[in-house]
Amino acid sequence: MKVSIRGTTGEFAEDKDAAARMRTESIEPALDRGESVTLDFSGVRLTTQSFIHALISGPLRKHGESALEHLEFKSCSKLVRGIVETVVQYSLETIDEP
Amino acid sequence: MRIVLPNSAHLQNLAGFIRKYDPNAGANLNIRLDKRWIHVHPFALAMTACAGALARQRGQETRGHVPKINSVRYLLRMKLFEYVALNPRIEITEHEESGRFIPITQIRTNEELRDAITNLIPLLHAPANVADPIKYVFSEMVRNVLEHAQSPVGAFVCAQYYRQEDRLSIGIADAGIGILQSIRRSHAAEHDQAAIALALRPGITGATKRIGGTETNAGAGLFFTKSIAALSRNFFALYSGNALYKLLRTREGQAPRVNADPADDRHNFTGNLPRWQGTVVGINVSVGGGKAFADLLSDIRKAYRIDVKHQSKQYYKKIRFIA
Repeated sequence: MKVSIRGTTGEFAEDKDAAARMRTESIEPALDRGESVTLDFSGVRLTTQSFIHALISGPLRKHGESALEHLEFKSCSKLVRGIVETVVQYSLETIDEP
Repeated sequence: MRIVLPNSAHLQNLAGFIRKYDPNAGANLNIRLDKRWIHVHPFALAMTACAGALARQRGQETRGHVPKINSVRYLLRMKLFEYVALNPRIEITEHEESGRFIPITQIRTNEELRDAITNLIPLLHAPANVADPIKYVFSEMVRNVLEHAQSPVGAFVCAQYYRQEDRLSIGIADAGIGILQSIRRSHAAEHDQAAIALALRPGITGATKRIGGTETNAGAGLFFTKSIAALSRNFFALYSGNALYKLLRTREGQAPRVNADPADDRHNFTGNLPRWQGTVVGINVSVGGGKAFADLLSDIRKAYRIDVKHQSKQYYKKIRFIA
């Protein structure tokens, strides 16, 4: 499954409510079915840590490190890439112990 | 309530401005303006506009005398008198505010935030290295207000761009519950200073006791904003209740760095200040010097440390980025 970020947010992806909708309506159901998800950041020039957190932190904590095997991040600018790395790192650091 | 706009109130000398603010000076809002000139940070303008809007909402009068000085033209163009009910006694020709500042704007909803980002910031006609930090800070700080503050007048934002110095100054104010009450929903904090120290740590939010936040709230907006100032060798100020945290500039010759614990930053805390019911944030960002905003945000990851067990593992290296 491919999720186009710019299609929902425009070139500045900052709307956390939109991120949460993409997470609950597309990303989480696909991951729960064991499918892979490509998050397409083509055309997204700027984002915030809060947006990326609302988009992926939940699934990362639910599925743990294995979520990274089912998630792809497409066409990330340097800025988007830096924030994705930050959110992935701290989300998995703070994962609940089983 | 009384607010005094002095001839100088910037992040480096902010405590003087705050000490002259008096929340208990009568039932109305009294505004005093310096009689010679007024050159103040957006922190002071956003806070003053917020007080003006609050007074209006409460049905209080705003009293004060606007002196005939050149600075009033600037305050007028910053739209201060749209929120502070004083007669500026001069008129100016309205035209597009290109290149210098973003006037005071009240934001009460997500839609108003989107409008501000879409329509106001382009007025600067600034390149991405200038516009991006404003967009980032506006978004993170205003969403904090809308989600946590319960401010009856929303958030007030404004910004000034000093083109020759390649520096941005941004101010955000609200009249909400303040950081102490917000943090206390989930964490123990004895006083305003303790609550501010917690709020500045990454991963701590009033929305949950859990370190690292909830699915929708990371508790990192203030940490990122402070870090943006720190890494560009600049000031950051956070005032809530009776306490003011101020990040000081990195000394010349030292590499700028950020710390998860604000106590480890070069900073000072001032307590026992007049109580502001709400929160005010001020930030300066240097946008020159060759450090791209993307590099700056990447550097923050290196400082983002939460006190948890799995810290040594480098999960971010396993992310699959594709072209």
